[in-house]
Amino acid sequence: MKPKTNLLIVEPSDIIRAGIESLISDDQFALLAPLRDYPSDLPQRLARLQPDLLLLNPTLIPSPARMQLAALTQARPSMAIVALVYQYVEPQMLEGFKAVLDIREQGSHVAQKLRQCCQSDQESANESYELSDRETEVLLLVAQGCSSKEIADRLNISIHTVNTHRKNITHKTGIKSVAGLAVYAMLHNLIN
Amino acid sequence: MKHTPFTSRMKMADIISANHSLLLVLPRLGIHLGFGEQSLQEVCNRYQIDVDFVLLIFNVYSFDNYLPAADTLASTNLEPLVPYLQSSHHYYLNERLPHIKRHLLNVATHAGDRYGTVLRQFFADYEHEVQDHFAYEEEHIFPLLQEGVHSSSNTGRQSLSASGHLSHNHSDLVDRLSDLTSIVLKYIPGDSLTEELNELVFGIMQLSSDLEKHALLEEKILIPYIGQVLKHPMP
Repeated sequence: MKPKTNLLIVEPSDIIRAGIESLISDDQFALLAPLRDYPSDLPQRLARLQPDLLLLNPTLIPSPARMQLAALTQARPSMAIVALVYQYVEPQMLEGFKAVLDIREQGSHVAQKLRQCCQSDQESANESYELSDRETEVLLLVAQGCSSKEIADRLNISIHTVNTHRKNITHKTGIKSVAGLAVYAMLHNLIN
Repeated sequence: MKHTPFTSRMKMADIISANHSLLLVLPRLGIHLGFGEQSLQEVCNRYQIDVDFVLLIFNVYSFDNYLPAADTLASTNLEPLVPYLQSSHHYYLNERLPHIKRHLLNVATHAGDRYGTVLRQFFADYEHEVQDHFAYEEEHIFPLLQEGVHSSSNTGRQSLSASGHLSHNHSDLVDRLSDLTSIVLKYIPGDSLTEELNELVFGIMQLSSDLEKHALLEEKILIPYIGQVLKHPMP
């Protein structure tokens, strides 16, 4: 069984807070004493309280918001910060957040959505971004303009396997288009 | 994510302050700054533009995944859509791409041969793809709407295959730009070019988010609208 997620909610409205607390179950989340406002010593408190997840109403953050968020992340790097939104918020304000929880979210999805925000972080921490030898081979053929079918024939593997390699390559490099992968290969001296 | 969308009674200046990237959309609608305290409705009256159409554009550009409800869409006059999309094409080709290109060439010149050649080639290919894509839409997709008014069943089938073509190509246009961002951020040595690289990355990101909205307008609103007009020709 997975450990409980320590959740800290920073939200002025009792109604909203109680609503969220009632939607998530006790065996998945450990609720830390919620805050009604954004205290100026929040970073220090985070280091003490050690939440895994901070659910924060972005309108409470004093300006400049990006600096504040950076300070929170620095104080507790493993924590996911999720924006709790129920009114219009400028898109730029949401940039520093890992995810957004809209209060119009379906009740049955709330707990799952919050758990996902924490999990992906733990997974990505022990993930390698180096291409394997096989992935490099596939990358080279993609960069030369081969289709998945041609690559499958050349390497004697199934199209399904080729597509899995391609997906992993895109995931690791952050590059999707064939033209972009060709550039990646050239800059890494894999082709001329 | 859903927010409460803008409404026609909101002050124009408030809307623009809430999402300043709408500044880039205004010229394409033929609207200029200097709203005073006028509401969106009043500004639209002054410029004789359909307020529902402007609201549609503003909301699409401001809220992720915003799509108007079917009945809102059915009651909105979409005639200004094609002219809007055309002026967007013009804006991308004649303003945004040249802006990005200027900074990219500067970066390419200073980043050393290996990076320079690759960047130039990538961007030249991209420019061609964008030009071809827009030309295709203007020749083959947009006119369908005109034809639709004097409907025939042939064009209906054409539009169906055209819609597949549209959505396929858009994702590549957007993907390539995001790839360019990744490449610039991760692999171009930035020690001596901070300002230029920043301008380049901001330029690409801005175009990229604009193109995403553009694709949404074409795929989710224009294409279904063409389908509808072809099925039930206007009187």
